[in-house]
Amino acid sequence: MDPEYRFSHKHVLGLADLSPEDIQAVLQTAESFKEISARSIKKVPTLRGKTIINFFFEPSTRTRLSFEVAAKRMSADTFNISNSGSSTVKGETLIDTARNLAAMNPDCIILRHPRSGSARLLADHVDVSVINAGDGTHEHPSQGLLDLMTVREAKGGIAGLKIAIIGDIAHSRVAHSNIIGFSKMGATVTVSGPATLIPPGIGELGARVSRSVMEAVDGADVIMALRIQKERQQDPLFPTLREYAKFFGISQKVVAAAKPEAIIMHPGPINRGVELDPKLADGSRSVILEQVTNGVAVRMALIYLIMGGD
Amino acid sequence: MPGSILLKNGRVIDPANGIDRIQDVLIAGGKISAVSQPGSLPEQGGVVYDLQGKWVVPGLIDMHVHLREPGHEYKETIETGTRAAAAGGFTAVAAMPNTKPVNDNQTVTVFILAKAAEAGFARVYPVGAISSGSNGEHLAEFGELRQAGAVGVSDDGLPVGNSQLMRRALEYAGNHDLLVISHAEEMTLSHGGAMNDGALATRLGLRGIPHVAEEIMVYRDLALAEFTGRPIHIAHVSTRESLSLIRRAKEKGVAVTAETAPHYFTLTEKAVDGYNTLAKMNPPLRTEADVAAVCEALRDGTLDAIATDHAPHGELDKDREFDLAANGIIGLETAVPLTLQLVRENQLDARRMVELLSMNPARILGVPGGTLSVGALADVTVIDPEKRFVFTEESILSKSRNSPFLGWELQGKAVLTILEGRITWQENGFSS
Repeated sequence: MDPEYRFSHKHVLGLADLSPEDIQAVLQTAESFKEISARSIKKVPTLRGKTIINFFFEPSTRTRLSFEVAAKRMSADTFNISNSGSSTVKGETLIDTARNLAAMNPDCIILRHPRSGSARLLADHVDVSVINAGDGTHEHPSQGLLDLMTVREAKGGIAGLKIAIIGDIAHSRVAHSNIIGFSKMGATVTVSGPATLIPPGIGELGARVSRSVMEAVDGADVIMALRIQKERQQDPLFPTLREYAKFFGISQKVVAAAKPEAIIMHPGPINRGVELDPKLADGSRSVILEQVTNGVAVRMALIYLIMGGD
Repeated sequence: MPGSILLKNGRVIDPANGIDRIQDVLIAGGKISAVSQPGSLPEQGGVVYDLQGKWVVPGLIDMHVHLREPGHEYKETIETGTRAAAAGGFTAVAAMPNTKPVNDNQTVTVFILAKAAEAGFARVYPVGAISSGSNGEHLAEFGELRQAGAVGVSDDGLPVGNSQLMRRALEYAGNHDLLVISHAEEMTLSHGGAMNDGALATRLGLRGIPHVAEEIMVYRDLALAEFTGRPIHIAHVSTRESLSLIRRAKEKGVAVTAETAPHYFTLTEKAVDGYNTLAKMNPPLRTEADVAAVCEALRDGTLDAIATDHAPHGELDKDREFDLAANGIIGLETAVPLTLQLVRENQLDARRMVELLSMNPARILGVPGGTLSVGALADVTVIDPEKRFVFTEESILSKSRNSPFLGWELQGKAVLTILEGRITWQENGFSS
């Protein structure tokens, strides 16, 4: 990497805004931080005196906890606000709430919000670093980065790999960030799923589209299954979960079409038996829990880099 | 009655009388009293304007605006909206019924007309609702709406989803000489959408509104107009295929007229990038191919009118999550320069521009104006086609500032607006 390189972003709103060098810097930093979580005393003083607010408008276990663990391992003070406990329930606008939070001088706000573009809206209105922890169906950059890290660890690199992402591409911010991230780092991304869940123009993000799951995973190094959101069932997207599992679920048969050493990923939470055969989720090819472990390291890296590393 | 006004040496463009040449126009007693060779009219008494290099056209008519009163006075009032209209060169506007309460009865119509008369900046032609409460179930009282002064009916902002109701509205409007105006949107396809469907919507993670959502409803309403033999007007047309459907219907002799808005020939969906809520509207901004089709349809007569769909919204409505932001932009004060841009690009000629912004709207609505015939009401607009200005928040007369054209350098402006012989707008620095 260019010795002059510095991570110069105030916010991390999406992988679309990061260069390959930025992504590499995050991954390298995350790899160096990963060891901290394996120590018996899992804490470094790096961000002592810094304040981080986790501002979560959607239910989230994994991502919220992961950001909190990451911040605490760096000795930052963390505060959590969820939708039900926030003044937006009382009618305050997102911008007003954010301005009030900013007035308490945090160093970083981590936002999870059901509306696309909300992280950008926040970043435009407050003078505080914002990390997007998932905005609507737009992006989920920390998830994309932890997936890149996991693949890089397992495969020794990213360029030249074949990545198959299967499932609800249309409503998945994870898919969007991964398509952008893996393409930027030189991998080939193929998506497949019910045609109703493949959005128009996904090719412009860098993905190839395949009508058949078998074709998409053919020769793949990585198979990523996406969560089917059962709450979307009122829109007639596919007939039944049963039929989905049969034609679009990742089964032993599907995996057999991939490379013998292919790994299986899932951003969680898993609908076992719908998008992923339970045996595969727990099997030797699965790196699903490694994704979670790397999530902490990647979020430590993001928080650290955004705060200027000083 | 105001004194006389002599408009000298302007380029008079009056397509209704086939005039496009330098003429003097004399206004007296609130009427056009003479149109004649330069220098041929006496300069005695009254005000005299030397309009060399300016255009003198029949007062512009915006057949699609939202004045927000009653109910949403924080966005716009009839007074502020009509003042903005006068500043934009308009002498008349047709006010859509999605106020609060909805203009679905004579009381609201009478209120709107009283407020408009009190303000005195422009004629306001109320458009009543098709269904009571615009809830798509029962016909509103068309007869009383007409008697009170409504010129048309529409559930604008919402489509009439029920085809039987739309059929009955077309039929029954015939008893009362009301124009039926269609907001064409198939709601099950557009539901939850925030911008044009396509790659950009995918990248932004926004739910798309496919162009077919408009076209399916345009086709339905054309079919109903043909079936009932009643005229229909299609509002704010935004897609290429809608225009070919309308073109084909016109060729078949269906009594259809149609309008578009300046943003549909000026902007594409790209204006939305970065979650710019000032470019959020319904129908949404489309693609370059659609913009080209709109321009062609303005030229070839498929489109009859340019209307702004002036839709004022407060900051609270716009400065928020894109999905939740209100649809629409203000348009009255930018329509003239944006349309003139098409004239400068030779996409339209000046005469066609006047047809689209004045003559045709008057004819479609069945209202006076749209001409400078001797004896006609003296609703006159003077345009300086060369005047350049930067469109800034400070310059806006509308109560709201929601325009994607803020900061644009525009060219061409109404410098003098005359309503029945009375000056309702005079550009700063422009004088007799």
